[in-house]
Amino acid sequence: MKLNWAAWAFVAPALIVIAVFFFLPVLAGFALSFTDFDIYALADIDNLRFVGFANYLELLQTPLFWKALGNTLYFVGVGVPLSIAASLGAALLLNSKLARFRPFFRVALFAPVVTTLVAVAIVWRYLLHTRSGLINYGLESLGLAPIDWLGDPRWAMPAIILFAVWKNFGYNMIIFLAGLQSIPEEHYEAARIDGASSWQQLRYVTLPMLRPALLLVAIITVSGYFQLFAEPYVMTQGNPLQSTVSVLYFMYQEGFTWWSLGRASAIAFLLFALILAATLLLLRWNRRVETA
Amino acid sequence: MKGTSRTQWLLANGVLVLLAFFALFPLLWMLSVSFMQPGEASSLPPPLLPRSATLANYHELFERAGMGRYLANSLLVATAITFLSLVFNLAAGYAFAKLRFAGRDRIFQTMLAALVIPAQVAMIPLFLIMKWLHLVNSYGGVIVPAMATVFGIFLVRQYARSIPNELLEAARIDGAGEWRIFATIVLPLLKPIVVTLAIFTFLASWNDFMWPLIVLSDQAWQTAPVALAGLSREHVQDNELMMAGSVVTVLPVLLLFLALQRHYLEGLLLGSVKG
Repeated sequence: MKLNWAAWAFVAPALIVIAVFFFLPVLAGFALSFTDFDIYALADIDNLRFVGFANYLELLQTPLFWKALGNTLYFVGVGVPLSIAASLGAALLLNSKLARFRPFFRVALFAPVVTTLVAVAIVWRYLLHTRSGLINYGLESLGLAPIDWLGDPRWAMPAIILFAVWKNFGYNMIIFLAGLQSIPEEHYEAARIDGASSWQQLRYVTLPMLRPALLLVAIITVSGYFQLFAEPYVMTQGNPLQSTVSVLYFMYQEGFTWWSLGRASAIAFLLFALILAATLLLLRWNRRVETA
Repeated sequence: MKGTSRTQWLLANGVLVLLAFFALFPLLWMLSVSFMQPGEASSLPPPLLPRSATLANYHELFERAGMGRYLANSLLVATAITFLSLVFNLAAGYAFAKLRFAGRDRIFQTMLAALVIPAQVAMIPLFLIMKWLHLVNSYGGVIVPAMATVFGIFLVRQYARSIPNELLEAARIDGAGEWRIFATIVLPLLKPIVVTLAIFTFLASWNDFMWPLIVLSDQAWQTAPVALAGLSREHVQDNELMMAGSVVTVLPVLLLFLALQRHYLEGLLLGSVKG
């Protein structure tokens, strides 16, 4: 019994913090999403009314919500595969016996991950500048036409994706690298004795052995990319023509620009449902491949 | 045979050099432009190096834009979060690994499951709670909700499980209290994970953006990233000034990472194998 008290004393402070500042707000947010909590309720709680599913139904009829959802899906659908491919490619190169100066390359490629997102987003905003940006200068010296990266609705999201890949690929690279190093050398020897080319070794030894790492990376990256916010906030403010308004950016505006906290909560829960669905889909895909 | 392996060697290392260039160029360019004369970076063709290096942007940044205050805010907030969350997470992580109490495993499983909930789902009600506690526009608004994390508890628990039970039992038989055991036996054994968790937490708190943006609308309390985002909206044309601002925001965490990279990468891997 005495031991029990001591144990609770150890866990209680942390549990209280997590309960009060995470679990309680999550539950409160769920409740809030069924109310019309707005700036009037913020001033006087008596103005609060229960509205049932009205927030959710209204959102489904709001064009900007669909636009934000589409933009976010675009960012996830293109950005995640690109990011993972870049991470995997870099990890394979770093792990190859041919690579020199591995510790240097590992740190260099990882460096963008630890930088402050806001600061490097500002850097990229200038690099992507239409007239004086170095990226367009590079394109022009290659004889290509300059691109209005952050001013053209067709190019703004690709530009943000390029930036996100630059910022994030080092993170998954480290996870892949650890996965690659845990593959026993005998597997490759056996494959070579069977006459497998390096491409076949990659296809039939490396990739299957990397699947647990791949699943993990996919789940982390998909969920992270669904939470796109600071990039459009800093680089485009959702423009041009709302082509970079993400679901979270939309939530932030509804919540903290217009103080429609009920509506904003509903957006947050729709996003959560989306992330959960994507995660379950990935887990199911993994199980199917496992049993196949 | 020798010829093909030589081209392969060149190809692999060549691509690595290109990738490293891609990763580092924006950071080096940021550093270079921060020393240019105002307006120099937008001249054509875009210069790579300053014609005559100047510290004018840094002067302007600290004397007029008040960057010193924002960096101090960031330092204070990140240090407080790191210290407090270490205390809370270490105690809880150890207890989840080594002490017995009713509901231990169920509570832990529930917390782990909650990791799928994105933090932003909690942010709107959290803002109302903070308003109610009068913590909006104060350091506490950022520090208090970050004092304990599921991720930190998980990391400590994984590590603490390797502590032999006999060691703890022997101390109990000798009559040592639970707190003494924790302080004199457990903490020294947890030292590697303390360093890892500390650098991880510090970097994450320093770089955090969305929640500080929400809870710190008053400039006096803003952290460096929040203030920098605000400055960049005011000073759209001031390329060189903004690069100086980015340099002073990024440099502390980049240097800290370089100094402790082994611990940081270890923590990244430990934290990722939760699946």
